[in-house]
Amino acid sequence: MIIRKLDFLYRAQLDQQTLEVWLQEAWLIPGGTAAEPAFSEADVARANLIRDLKHGMGVNDEGIGIILNLVDQMHGLRKVVAGMLPALRERSMSSGLASSTDADQGPE
Amino acid sequence: MRDPYEILGVARSASSDDIRKAYRNLAKKLHPDLNPGSRKSEELFKEVSLANDILSDAAKRKKFDSGEIDAMGAERPRQRYYKDYAAEAAAGHAYENASGYADFAGAEDMFAELFRQQAQASAQARGADMQYRLTIEFLEAITGASKRLTLPDGGTLDVTIPAGIQEGQVMRLRGKGGAGASQGEAGDALVAISINPHRFFTRVGDDIHLELPVTLAEAFRGARVKVPTPTGSVMLAVPKGSNTGTVLRLKAKGAPRRGGHGDELVKLKVMLPSGPNPELDAFLSNWQPGTGYDPRKDMQP
Repeated sequence: MIIRKLDFLYRAQLDQQTLEVWLQEAWLIPGGTAAEPAFSEADVARANLIRDLKHGMGVNDEGIGIILNLVDQMHGLRKVVAGMLPALRERSMSSGLASSTDADQGPE
Repeated sequence: MRDPYEILGVARSASSDDIRKAYRNLAKKLHPDLNPGSRKSEELFKEVSLANDILSDAAKRKKFDSGEIDAMGAERPRQRYYKDYAAEAAAGHAYENASGYADFAGAEDMFAELFRQQAQASAQARGADMQYRLTIEFLEAITGASKRLTLPDGGTLDVTIPAGIQEGQVMRLRGKGGAGASQGEAGDALVAISINPHRFFTRVGDDIHLELPVTLAEAFRGARVKVPTPTGSVMLAVPKGSNTGTVLRLKAKGAPRRGGHGDELVKLKVMLPSGPNPELDAFLSNWQPGTGYDPRKDMQP
């Protein structure tokens, strides 16, 4: 679902000026064009995170850029780990099976 | 919910500044977006936020202190955090950042391959099998029929009922179930057939049973009578001396089966004329059936 700018400002409880700054800092990267940006639910949640950082925790603007960058890296890593899990699980299962058949064979 | 002062770890006399500091310290540790893998942080942060909602607002705090509202007053549904969207985001989204692992030798290729395989596997996922129930008429089950099923989503499904289908039989329509992923094949539609009973036919296996009312004269003297079958009426010779319970077999007039048809079994039922009948009455009053005629002789003690 695409969220238009006015809706986004309302949903994220932002004013126009603040949004301009956040876009300039590339804290938010909406789709669409500069004249007509298209926001997503993820952008709303990201704006909430930025507000929590700024107002809830007192992080200054320098800090916010750093935190967002690290958060994005962390999600990149989380994705990689999540992507490897099925393969790892399969490996540990098949090695588990192999050891149980060994045990079943007994002395010749 | 616990006491909001206790949750934030401040005294009841704490200043609004103390409360803000306490909240900040907890939020820095517990914010779900800074602990995306921890359900516990999320629970705790929810408590902390609720406590802060009450205590950071002077009017609410006053009401809470005087007992006008309790700590549950500000309960709200679970918020979706940025981490929830980041976890679902498709590859190539605007905030994607590989700087955390790009230096692992060959990592980019390996991960790219991994994601390609995953994407392929999910693209080839087969659609779900869908279960439906279709009720048809008795004769449709015998002769076969084409039915159109209206699906819960508003679509339709054409079902060709084979002749001779049985109650409870399930038809599998290949590829008519849920849609698969982009490259996956669709699931099957499983249609369970139930058959409405007929007014006078009953089905036993591939045979059809029918109780046929006949007159006294037809049974006693023999006759040719018209009998309904699933495929139209036929003439049946009722032999002389038939009775209630006599069963006559119409070959191959039953339900279709492998290599032919079952039979229709016609059980006669003698019906006396209804209402007064002076002639029959006069006849019976003078009639001597003879000593052998005792319909209840098997019931003698």
